Amino acid sequence: MNSTKNDNNSLPMGEMSGGQRGNLYNYILGIADNSLILAQRLGELCGHGPNLETDIALTNISLDLLGQTRSYYQYAAKVEGAGKSEDDIAFLRLEREYKNILLVEQPNTHFGYVMARQFLFDIYHLMMMKELQKSKDETLRAVANKGIKEVSYHKRFSSDWIKRLGDGTEESHGKMQEAIDDLWRYTNEMFQMTAADTEMAEAGIGVDVSKFKEAYYKEVSEVLKEATLTVPESKYFAKGGKEGIHTEHMGYILADLQYMQKTFPNMTW
Amino acid sequence: MLLPSPSGRGTEGEGIIIMKKNWPLWEIFVRSKNGLEHRHFGSLHAADADMAMENARDVYTRRNEGVSIWVVESSNITASNPEHNGELFEPAQDKIYRHPTFYDLPDEVKHM
Repeated sequence: MNSTKNDNNSLPMGEMSGGQRGNLYNYILGIADNSLILAQRLGELCGHGPNLETDIALTNISLDLLGQTRSYYQYAAKVEGAGKSEDDIAFLRLEREYKNILLVEQPNTHFGYVMARQFLFDIYHLMMMKELQKSKDETLRAVANKGIKEVSYHKRFSSDWIKRLGDGTEESHGKMQEAIDDLWRYTNEMFQMTAADTEMAEAGIGVDVSKFKEAYYKEVSEVLKEATLTVPESKYFAKGGKEGIHTEHMGYILADLQYMQKTFPNMTW
Repeated sequence: MLLPSPSGRGTEGEGIIIMKKNWPLWEIFVRSKNGLEHRHFGSLHAADADMAMENARDVYTRRNEGVSIWVVESSNITASNPEHNGELFEPAQDKIYRHPTFYDLPDEVKHM
């Protein structure tokens, strides 16, 4: 994936070694793939939301995430310098090459899961974006500056629904608790640093996500308590997504996502 | 109100499918630019004012249509009864002199 022969001096990373560029490339994909896969999951609900208003809201969130993903992939393609397009990166990788966390690939089991997944991700996403605004990398900073308002709204939307459903009827409370309990095991992975994460954080380009783990669980717990939900105490957490080792759901997502490109290679709109 | 709301006013045992028709209707007014008035954009369903605001944002302003939103629960609007149209509106039909079209306006007055 590294490109050592590229000497594109217009990039701020022009003086980087091949290894560093590879790490930057992997770092960008780590962020981008979270947004792509979550966008795809939300996109599955288009036309299937519980009502028209919520349907449109979920699709809006999906499109926000997809927009961010495009910016990241365009930049990643440039960093890699192998002449690929954003579409190549989005559609033409193997499962093991996607670096998204396991949380975002979890299925839309019911509306409670959709909102729990969104909420658990949004709190993290906003914290990460705020830090990314301070990146030394101009492009990443620009994407964060643009995306932060979108992500703030996502968090507001999902937090509201957690409170509504948690502090709603006995049935909605039970379903919300079930979703939170089930998805909790995927939260810890957000704060694990890959080699690319560590190097980019040390270079002032990436975000040291391990630093706001405590703040994350504090904020999540506050909302859950307000929603009269129990904060899970399980200490068993799943990991692997960031290294390309995904849950069984990932293959199905990619089958959908990559279908057109695999059926009609190089097709465009 | 059937929907699970933060106030916990949901009704137990009724599912999400019939929930929808029990959400009240809200009328949405959007100001498209500062300086213009809010205009009626349409209506939508929501459980309470907060949700109506978020739904209005997603349904009516996602293409950059607005800078301000008002939401009003439809039941709070008192509408004229179409059966009374005769007595309410017809008397005005033959009183064209109430339009200021019979005055000679000086050239200096514009935009009338």
